[in-house]
Amino acid sequence: MIITEQKSGEDLFALLGSARRVVLLGCSECATICKTGGTEQLLEFEKKLKTRGLEVSARCVLNPACNAQVVKKALKGIREELAGADAIVSFSCGDGTQTVAKLVGQMEHTFHIPVYPGNDTLFLGETTRAGEYVEACRACGRCELGWTGGICPVTCCAKGLLNGPCGGAKGRQCEVNADEECVWLRICDRLAAIGQLDNLLEIRPPRDYLKNVHPRRHVLESRRSADRLKEARAKEGQDAK
Amino acid sequence: MSMLSEVLKIDRFAVTAEFAPPKGTDMDHMRVCVRLAKGRIHAANVTDFQSAVMRISSLTACKVVMDEGVEPVIQITGRDRNRIAIQGELLSAGVLGIKNLLAVTGDHPKMGDHPNAMPVYDLDSVGILQVATTFMSGRDLEGNSLNGRIEFFPGAAVSPTRQTMMPQIMKMRKKITAGARFFQTQAVFDLDLLREFRRLTTPFDVPVLAGIVLLKSAGMARFMNRAIPGVEIPEGIIARMDRFVGKERMNEGIRLAGEMIRTIRDENLADGVHIMAIGAEERLGQILDEAGL
Repeated sequence: MIITEQKSGEDLFALLGSARRVVLLGCSECATICKTGGTEQLLEFEKKLKTRGLEVSARCVLNPACNAQVVKKALKGIREELAGADAIVSFSCGDGTQTVAKLVGQMEHTFHIPVYPGNDTLFLGETTRAGEYVEACRACGRCELGWTGGICPVTCCAKGLLNGPCGGAKGRQCEVNADEECVWLRICDRLAAIGQLDNLLEIRPPRDYLKNVHPRRHVLESRRSADRLKEARAKEGQDAK
Repeated sequence: MSMLSEVLKIDRFAVTAEFAPPKGTDMDHMRVCVRLAKGRIHAANVTDFQSAVMRISSLTACKVVMDEGVEPVIQITGRDRNRIAIQGELLSAGVLGIKNLLAVTGDHPKMGDHPNAMPVYDLDSVGILQVATTFMSGRDLEGNSLNGRIEFFPGAAVSPTRQTMMPQIMKMRKKITAGARFFQTQAVFDLDLLREFRRLTTPFDVPVLAGIVLLKSAGMARFMNRAIPGVEIPEGIIARMDRFVGKERMNEGIRLAGEMIRTIRDENLADGVHIMAIGAEERLGQILDEAGL
C-alpha cells in the first residue's frame, strides 16, 4: 500500500492562493485506508474551505486515482462543475495526483485549471495495526528477500547496506533510530532459524542503479505482443492499399 | 610497501593513532600533534568526516601528515561519495603515495552536523575494499584499465561486542575476502571480550589493532556506554575513574590506557593498538610512556 499523510491546512491554503472555487478529488484505495483521501476527509476539508469563504464545486472519490481511464471518465462526469473551478486538490498519493494533473492538462475544458496535491506521499508499507503503517519496500527494482530470510535490508537498514551490519548497533538497536532493532541482527536470527546463515558470507555487489533511471516504465509482455499485432495489421492494411 | 604493513609482517607490535582533521582551514594544531607523535607511532590514521561532521577531508589531512614526515592511513567512508567519487579519491591517494587505507561504511548523516544531508552508501566498507583490490590489479570497478600502478595496504574496522559477535565476525570474513589485510577494532575496555575475540579470529591470520580510547572522566565513560555503539566499558573502570577529580582524571585515563596497551601486548591479545585520544592527541606520548612503548 502507498502510505500518505495529509498536508497541513496552512500548506494547502498557501497552494490555493486566491482560488475561490475548488474541486476536491480523493482516492478509494490506499488514501482511503490511510484516512487521507476518502469521502470523510474530503468533507472535512470542504468544511475548512467554507470557513475561509471558499466554495467547493464538486467532490469525487476516484476509484482509483492512479488509473488513467477511470480518472478520465470521472473528470468527464463532473465536466460542468470543473468548468467554473479555479483549482483542483487531489487527496491521493503522488501517483494519483499526477494522473489527475496529466489528464486535466490534456482535456480542453480543464487544461487551464491547476491541480494541487492534498497529501504528502510517504512510503510503500504495511498496516501493522489500524492507523499505524511501517515502510516495507523501497521498490528498488531487484528483490533481495530471497537470501535475507524475507526481511528487506534495502528498506529496513538505515544505510540500506547489503553486506551485513555496520557496527552501529547499540545492544540490538540501530543507532540511527533507537526504536528499530538492527535489521541485520533480525536477518541473522531468521537465517539461522531456516539454516541459511551462510548466505551472509557471500559478497553482494553494489546495487545496479541503471535499473533505477527515473522515471521507470514497465510494460507487460502481453501488452507488447498486442501492440506488435496491431502494428502488423496496420501495415498489412497499408500494403493492401 | 607501507611501514605499517612491514611492522605487522614481522610481528612487531604496531601503533597507530587517530587524528581528526579540523573544521576550518587552520591545520596548525594538527601539525603540532602529528610532530609530537612522530617517531613514536607507525602511522597516523586520519578520519574521513568523522561522526558525519563536515570538515577537511582525509585526503588533504593525510598530505599534511606526510609533509610532517609521518606515514598516514587514509580513511574512506561510503557515506558521502558514490562509487565514482570513491574511486577518484583512492586514485588521488595513490598519486600522493598514500598506501594505508581504512575502509569504513561511515556513521549516518543523522549523527553529524548536517543531519539533513543525503546518505549515499553506494559502496559499503566491503565495496571500498573491493575497489582497492581491483585497483591493485590495474582495473577499476567496471573492469576498465588504469594508467600507472597503484598499491594499497587495505584495512577495515570490526566492532566486537557480546551481542553482535557472530554477525561481526561473519562480516570480518567477508572483508578479508574483499581484500582487508589488517583490522582495527572499536574502542575496547573489556579485555575478556578482547580475549574471546582473539580466540575466534586467530584462524583468519589477519593482524588486528585493538582500539584504545583515552578516557578523560567517568562521565565520558558513562556517555560512551550509553551512546556509542560497540563500546562496553566495565563498571570497574568507571568506578576507578570516579575516584579522581580535575586534572587527575585525565592522568588516570592515561595510566589506564597505558596499562591496557601493556596487557594487550604482553598477552598477545592483538597485533598492535590503534589509539584514539579524541581531542587530546598531544597526550599520545604520555600514553605510550605509560605503555612502555
